[in-house]
Amino acid sequence: MIAIPLQHILIFSLLLFAIGLYGALVRRNIIGILISIELMVNASNINLIAFSKYTSLSPETGQIFALFVIALAATAAAVGLAIVLALYRIRKTVQADEVHLLKW
Amino acid sequence: MAAILVFALGVVTFRNLFHCALCLAAALIGTAGIYIALQAEFLAGVQILLYVGGVITLVVFAIMLTEHLAGKTVRQNNAQSLPAIVGLAGFVTALIALILKTPWPVTEAALKAKTSAMGLGEALMGTYVFPFEVISIVLLAALIGTVVIAKKDAPEERP
Repeated sequence: MIAIPLQHILIFSLLLFAIGLYGALVRRNIIGILISIELMVNASNINLIAFSKYTSLSPETGQIFALFVIALAATAAAVGLAIVLALYRIRKTVQADEVHLLKW
Repeated sequence: MAAILVFALGVVTFRNLFHCALCLAAALIGTAGIYIALQAEFLAGVQILLYVGGVITLVVFAIMLTEHLAGKTVRQNNAQSLPAIVGLAGFVTALIALILKTPWPVTEAALKAKTSAMGLGEALMGTYVFPFEVISIVLLAALIGTVVIAKKDAPEERP
């Protein structure tokens, strides 16, 4: 019925997660880091839906988890971007390594 | 799927953040396509509405407000690129070996199970009604917090 095997979807979402993690580790711009985090959340969502489709008897469970994850990711993005705006207003920078107020 | 990976690579490698946001939008739309392939049509709709419509708009707004788009390109990556690639390569190979070795309990009954937006709503209002209420409170608190953080200070508080 479904052409894609489960392993392929898992490996795909693993690669997507790794790309997002690379971006989160390497970017200097805080907005870039936030975008990469969205990518990682997205990869985990694909996993949730794939597992709920392939192995669970009630597929609603995984989809509702994915729904909650989407809502929380939107919340995180909104709060994070608000913090970035406030930071930019005070310090005139959005580069993560130029904000070393708490570094010794 | 390969196109989504290419767009994701674009998200993390482009120097211009605006292009990154557009690539992210493309990758998210592709993910909605995967949801449809997995027969989660409602989730695909939510994904496009919330991510592509909401989060991308927010990100683009933030980029416009903080970036000087004209002219000078600053270095976007820090010096940890090589260790990150090496570590992530090890991580990915280990997890791929794990994924291929694990016997996943894929059952025919699970593949045949049907899900609909109606079933989702019933589960949301029945079994998962408490998390639903909690997440609505979280959303409300986050909205208020966002407004409080992002609004301009009153003039007399300025130093």
